Amino acid sequence: MRFERREHRSVALVIATPVLAVLCALALAGVLIAVAGAPVMEAYWRILVGAFGSRLSATETLTRASPLILTGLAAAVAFRARLWNIGGEGQFYLGAIAVAAASSHLLGGLAPAVQIPLLLIVGAAAGIVLLLVPLWLRLRFSVDEVVTTLLLNFVAVLFVSMLIDGALKDPMAFGWPQSQPVADAAVLPKLLARSRLHIGLVIALVLAAAVHLLQSRTVFGMQSRAAGLNATGAVFAGVPLSRTLVKVACISGGLAGLAGALEVMGVQGYVTKDLSPGYGYSGIVVAMLANLHPLGVVLAALFTATMFVGADGMSRSMGIPSYIADVTVALSLISMLVGVFFTQYRIRR
Amino acid sequence: MTNAVLDISGVSKRFGDNLANDNISLSLGRGEIVALLGENGAGKTTLMSILFGHYVPDSGKVLIDGQELPPGKPRSAIRAGIGMVHQHFSLAANLTVLENVMAGTESLWRLRSDTDAARQKLEDISTRFGLIVDPDARLGDLSVGEQQRVEILKALYNDARILVLDEPTAVLTNLEAERLFRTLKDMAREGLSLIFISHKLDEVMAAADRIIVLRGGRKVAERPAKETNKAELAELMIGRKVARPVREPSTPGEVALKVTGVSVSIDGVERLKSIDLSLRAGEILGIIGVSGNGQATLAHLLSGTVRRDKGDIVLFGEPVGDLSVEGAVQAGIGRIPEDRNNEGAIGEMAIWENAVLERLPRFSRHGLVDRSAGQAFARKIIDAFDVRGGRPATRTRLLSGGNMQKLILGRNLIDRPRILLAAQPARGLDEGAVAAVHERLLQARRDGTAVLLVSEDLEEVMALADRIQAIVNGRLSPAVAADKVNATKLGLMMAGEWNEEHEISHAL
Repeated sequence: MRFERREHRSVALVIATPVLAVLCALALAGVLIAVAGAPVMEAYWRILVGAFGSRLSATETLTRASPLILTGLAAAVAFRARLWNIGGEGQFYLGAIAVAAASSHLLGGLAPAVQIPLLLIVGAAAGIVLLLVPLWLRLRFSVDEVVTTLLLNFVAVLFVSMLIDGALKDPMAFGWPQSQPVADAAVLPKLLARSRLHIGLVIALVLAAAVHLLQSRTVFGMQSRAAGLNATGAVFAGVPLSRTLVKVACISGGLAGLAGALEVMGVQGYVTKDLSPGYGYSGIVVAMLANLHPLGVVLAALFTATMFVGADGMSRSMGIPSYIADVTVALSLISMLVGVFFTQYRIRR
Repeated sequence: MTNAVLDISGVSKRFGDNLANDNISLSLGRGEIVALLGENGAGKTTLMSILFGHYVPDSGKVLIDGQELPPGKPRSAIRAGIGMVHQHFSLAANLTVLENVMAGTESLWRLRSDTDAARQKLEDISTRFGLIVDPDARLGDLSVGEQQRVEILKALYNDARILVLDEPTAVLTNLEAERLFRTLKDMAREGLSLIFISHKLDEVMAAADRIIVLRGGRKVAERPAKETNKAELAELMIGRKVARPVREPSTPGEVALKVTGVSVSIDGVERLKSIDLSLRAGEILGIIGVSGNGQATLAHLLSGTVRRDKGDIVLFGEPVGDLSVEGAVQAGIGRIPEDRNNEGAIGEMAIWENAVLERLPRFSRHGLVDRSAGQAFARKIIDAFDVRGGRPATRTRLLSGGNMQKLILGRNLIDRPRILLAAQPARGLDEGAVAAVHERLLQARRDGTAVLLVSEDLEEVMALADRIQAIVNGRLSPAVAADKVNATKLGLMMAGEWNEEHEISHAL
C-alpha cells in the first residue's frame, strides 16, 4: 500500500472532510460512552439538549464560542503564514489583565463609547506585544517560535497571577486572588437581556469575515500565504518576508489579546486565574479543525463550544464524566488531521 | 541472448488510460553500459520500477541469469543483484557514510553491529571502483556528487551486479557528471552491468555502449553508440526532427545594463569579486562557468534579492543603487531563476497567482488583488506560451518542468522586458522543451531585449550568445565574441585561464 498525492482536491471533498471527521469522532466517543455504561444515542441527545435545549444553555454555548472564534482565528492566521503561534493562552491573559488594569486605573472615568474601543485596543496591543517578542527572536536569532510562544504562556499566566495577588488585587474580594473590576462604563452591552451573551460574539463574527476577506482578496493575504508556503519563492517574488510576518503577528496576537479583553469586559468583569478554560490552546484545535479557514473557524468554534457546554449537561443528567467532551474534541482533531491527509493523498495499492 | 545477465521480455504496464510500457524487451550483457533514452513520460522510470519490483507488470517478465524474478518484490530484486540509484537519494543526512551504507543490511535483532567488517568491505569496494568517500563523514556535510557516490556504494555493498541509475546527472555539475561517467566505465570494466536513464543526448553518446530509445511507452530503436549520432537519437526520441535554434547575425543596440567593479559578500564570503559587464539591447551575453563559482549570486544581484558591497550598476544610463525585486521588475527586468521549483514558483498556489505575485502593484488597487485581471493575464500567458496541463486556477505544482518553465518565461516575456535575466533556463528540460526555451530567448533578442544568459551548458551558450564571459571563483573574465571562440578556448576560460583583455582578443 502506498500513498499518492492527489492531482485535484475537489471542493466537495474539502467540505466533507471536517463533517466526516466530526462524525467519526462522535462514533469513537460513542464507544467510550457505551463503556461507561450509558445508552449512546441518549447521551448524544443530552449533549444537544445541554447545549441548545434552553435559552440559558443556547446563550451559554454562544458565549463560550465567542472567545474560541477569536483564538481560533489567531491560530489560523499565524499558521497560514507558517508562524507557529502556540502562545494564544498567554496573549489572552495579557490582553485581559491589560484591560482590567487600564480600566480600573487609567480610563475608568471615560464614557462607554470612548472607553470600550480604547480598552479593546489596549487588550489587542497587549497580545501583540507578547507575540512580537518571540517573532523578533525568530527573525533576529532564528529561535524556534514554537518553543518561545509556548513557554511565554507560562510566563504570562504567572505574571497575571502575581498581579491579581499583588498590585492589581481587588481589596473588596475577601482575599480571593482576583483583579480589580473594570469600570461599569467598560462593561460590554448584552446581546440578550438576562443572559451572559454580549456583543463580543458580533465582534468575533465580523472579524472572522474580515480575516477571510483579508486573506483571500488582499495583496497582504496573498503575500502572507506565499511566505508560508515557500519562503524562498516568496522572497524571489519580492515579498518582504520580515514585514509580512510582523503584520501576521500583529493580527494573530491582537486577536488573541482581544479575546481576553472581551471575556473580561463582557462576561466576568475582572480577571481570575481561571478566566480561560484553555481558550488559547483550544483555539489551536479550532483552527486545525477548520483547516485554517477563517469561516470554518466559526463553525469549529461552535462545535467545540457545543461539546463543552453540552457535555456538562449530559454528565449531570446521566452520570457520565464530562471529560467525554475533551475526548470528543481531541478525537475530532485527530480525525480531521487524518481527513486532511486523505484530501491530499489517495491510497494506491 | 544467452550470455545476458538481464533479460526483460515483453513487459507492458498500464496506468488508467495511459499505456506506460507497451511490450518492451531489452537485454543487458555482463560489463555493458546501456542507456535508456527518452523524453519525460516515455516510460523509462516505469520500466525500471518494474525491474526493481516496485510495480507489477500487466504482462511480460524479468529474467536474471535466466531465472525469472518474482514480480513486485523489491527484496528479491536486491537479492538477485539489482541495485538502484534513485534520482532523489534515499539516504539519511544525519548518519555517517558507513552507517548509511550499512542501514538495512543487518538484522534488527542483533545487539551489536559489525562495523569493523562493514568498514573493511566498504573500503574494499571504494578502492576497487575508485569511489573514494570518507566513511566517517556525516552525509549531510557531503556535496551532492559525493552523496551520489554513497548511494552507488550502498548498492554495491548489497552485492549489486546490475546497477540502474535514474537520471544520475540531473543533480550534478558538469564536472561531477564527467567524473561519474569515468567511474561507471571503470565499473563496467570490473564486470558490472549498468543501465542509466537519461534524456540528455551528450551523455548517452559519451558513456553508453548501447542506446535504447523509448517513446510514448514503446521501444522505438536500439543502436550501438558507435553506429549512431546525436541528430538521429534526437529524432528517434522526439519522433520528429527537432533542431535547437541558433542565433542569426544582428547588430546590438544601446547599452542597457552596465556593471562596474561590483563585489558581493554573502555570510562573510566574497561571492563576486569586482566584476564588470555590459549588456546591450538586442544581444545575448552568455555567462559560462562551473556552478558554484558565483553565477547564482550574479543572478540574485540582478534579480534584486542580494545587495552589493561596492561597485556601480547602471540601468539604461541611470545609476541605480541597490536593486530591489520591485525595482527590478518595474525597471523592466524579466527574471528567470535558476531554481524554478523553489524560487520560480510557489507550487501550492494557483497558476494565476504565480503569474502575478512578483508584479502585484500592477494587479492590485488599494491593496486589493484584482483577481479577474490576474486570471486574464494568466490565460494570456497560457495561450501565448503554450503552457499545457493547467488552467489559471490549477495549482502550479501539477505542471511538468517544461510547462512550468514556459509559465515563468511567459510572465516575464509577455510584456517585452527591456532586460531578461535567464539563469540556467533549460536545465533539466527534455529536448523538445529546450528547443522551445531557446527559441523564446532568441525571439526576445530579436525584439530588442538585452538578454543575460547564465549557463553551464557550453553548447547552449555557443548557440545563443553573441558574446561570452566566464565566471570563475567570483571573478568575471572579459567578454569574447562567440564566433571567435571554440569549445577548447571556452574550457580554458572556465578553468580560469585568461589574461588581460587585449591579450585575449589577440589570442583568439
